[in-house]
Amino acid sequence: MDWLTEFPELGRRDLRDFRKGIDESFKSFTRTYGEAIESFFDPLLQFLIWLERLLLATPWPLFIIVVAGLGWLASRNIKIVIGSVISLFLIGYLGMWEDTMSTVSIIVVCTMLCIGLGLPIGILMSRSDRAQRIVTPILDVMQTIPSFVYLIPVVMLLGIGKVPGLISVVIYAIPPMIRLTNLGIRLVDKEVLEAADAFGASPWQKLVQVQIPLALPNIFAGVNQTIMMSLAMVVIASMIGVTGLGQPVLKAISNQYLAMGLLNGLAIVALAIIFDRISQSYGERLQKYRGDRGE
Amino acid sequence: METKIEIKNLYKIFGDNPTAMLEKVRNGLSKDDLNDQHNHVLGLSDINLKMPSKGIQVVMGLSGSGKSTLIRHINRLIEPTAGEVWIDGQNVLDMDEKTLRNFRRNNASMVFQKFALLPHRSVMDNTIYGLEIQGIASKEAKKRAAYWIDRVGLSGFEDNFPGQLSGGMQQRVGLARALATDADILLMDEAFSALDPLIRTDMQNILLDLQQELHKTIVFITHDLEEALRIGDQIAILRDGEMIQQGTPQDIVLKPHDDYIADFTRDINRGRVIQLKTIMNAPNDKPGPELSGDMLVEDAAQLVTESPSSQGRVVNTDGEVIGVVDIKDLIRAMARPNMESRLEELE
Repeated sequence: MDWLTEFPELGRRDLRDFRKGIDESFKSFTRTYGEAIESFFDPLLQFLIWLERLLLATPWPLFIIVVAGLGWLASRNIKIVIGSVISLFLIGYLGMWEDTMSTVSIIVVCTMLCIGLGLPIGILMSRSDRAQRIVTPILDVMQTIPSFVYLIPVVMLLGIGKVPGLISVVIYAIPPMIRLTNLGIRLVDKEVLEAADAFGASPWQKLVQVQIPLALPNIFAGVNQTIMMSLAMVVIASMIGVTGLGQPVLKAISNQYLAMGLLNGLAIVALAIIFDRISQSYGERLQKYRGDRGE
Repeated sequence: METKIEIKNLYKIFGDNPTAMLEKVRNGLSKDDLNDQHNHVLGLSDINLKMPSKGIQVVMGLSGSGKSTLIRHINRLIEPTAGEVWIDGQNVLDMDEKTLRNFRRNNASMVFQKFALLPHRSVMDNTIYGLEIQGIASKEAKKRAAYWIDRVGLSGFEDNFPGQLSGGMQQRVGLARALATDADILLMDEAFSALDPLIRTDMQNILLDLQQELHKTIVFITHDLEEALRIGDQIAILRDGEMIQQGTPQDIVLKPHDDYIADFTRDINRGRVIQLKTIMNAPNDKPGPELSGDMLVEDAAQLVTESPSSQGRVVNTDGEVIGVVDIKDLIRAMARPNMESRLEELE
């Protein structure tokens, strides 16, 4: 009854050959196309570096004023503005200003990428059930696979540096953007869509005038989630060379520097809260028309 | 009367394979058998209907009768299984996508039961929606929209959002939005059914007032016979996807086609439907106020009661006396009939 207690597994040699086969073919793929792919991502790298330098060159009071101004425009909530300003002061006072600027720049680029890619994919998914059937399992994999696993091929392909880090953050952070765009558009009231049809709206007019505006609160929840998740990914991405608040955390882990790890970790939390409150209250303001029944 | 919309042999079967079922239905398969044996739903069966130009055609039926399905065939929000819909010499069901879109933009606008306004847009921006789709410049569109907002009595609410308005006011926006496109066909799908009775009467008055001057071809769907009789120039009654009677309000009330319709009409205020020319007797010499033949019995009752001879004289447009009605005739016309004898009489 051996066969019941021993799982019928592939022979050790076959298994090794199998793995080796995959590794070899990916390596040869890397050798052939690695450079081309790298140069394809070059503009992205340049932009990222430019933004990081811009943020670092910006006088700190100006940066704080800009954040406060954006916060006020988006939320119209003085508490959020004051909270943001105080957190930024503390971050700077505790010597984490430069790392914070790098992190902000990578978050900004990552969020832009996630919106730029996620919005069209989400729209496509909402319009075609087949696209939804294909994309949904891919998103499931992207959200559940341990992030270290996809760091491996990304590093094999592009080496260590900002761009592979950025790509792994995008892979981790883009699913909610796609899902919520799809969901938001699918949830738009069928009767309103019928009215748009009855007035002769073209598919494009329907998308721009009805579906996207009505899906905006959901799309915004997606943007918010994307920002939160990319902040969470910053520490892991620092393992493959992303500069910013993640690197001191990594250093603190390997050297057991409690205070250093804690402070940088808290700075990430502070950034997360600032981004979250501002983007959420903006999302809420977008759907103000839903509430307040006047008379 | 000139025909604006003509529906010919229209069938709609809902299910996986409607075309295969069509032949069976044409050969007399009933709605219930189609449902039980083949799992398809018969939405509309062999509908033929001519709708008068510049008139109000009411389509009446209870829920599930297919009336909302029927109105959606006129602008093809629903594709038929078979049949034709002719409007101005064109079969709507033959139109390609672009022609259909232009037809919807310029020739037929629609008002919905649940308003279907754009919740994220103000009253003004909802009203210009159809004009925006037509591609009319914003300034001109706003000017036209402001006119219609005023006509439906919503001036001062231009910047409010639909969520801030009552149901009646929201439907006024729906009406303004439909009128603003200047389409000559107005499709109204249970447009007033979701409103309180008082507000419903209000909206009916607004519609009738506007129609006095606009002369649109209106297709009005309702499940309420009172409303149908009040608004309709022509009424078509649907049951289970079949057309069971068409005619003027008077025809429906005086000559119900079967028990089903007779049941409906029994509690109707007949004085508001029957016209004097229908019940008048041969002229005589007695004096009395002059009344027009189109006048409703209810409106004549007061005048005739106050006349010393208890009689009114019915005159045509040239002022010639064509008949007389006395107070008894009027009361008889208004009284609720004994339905059984009424039906026997018809047979």
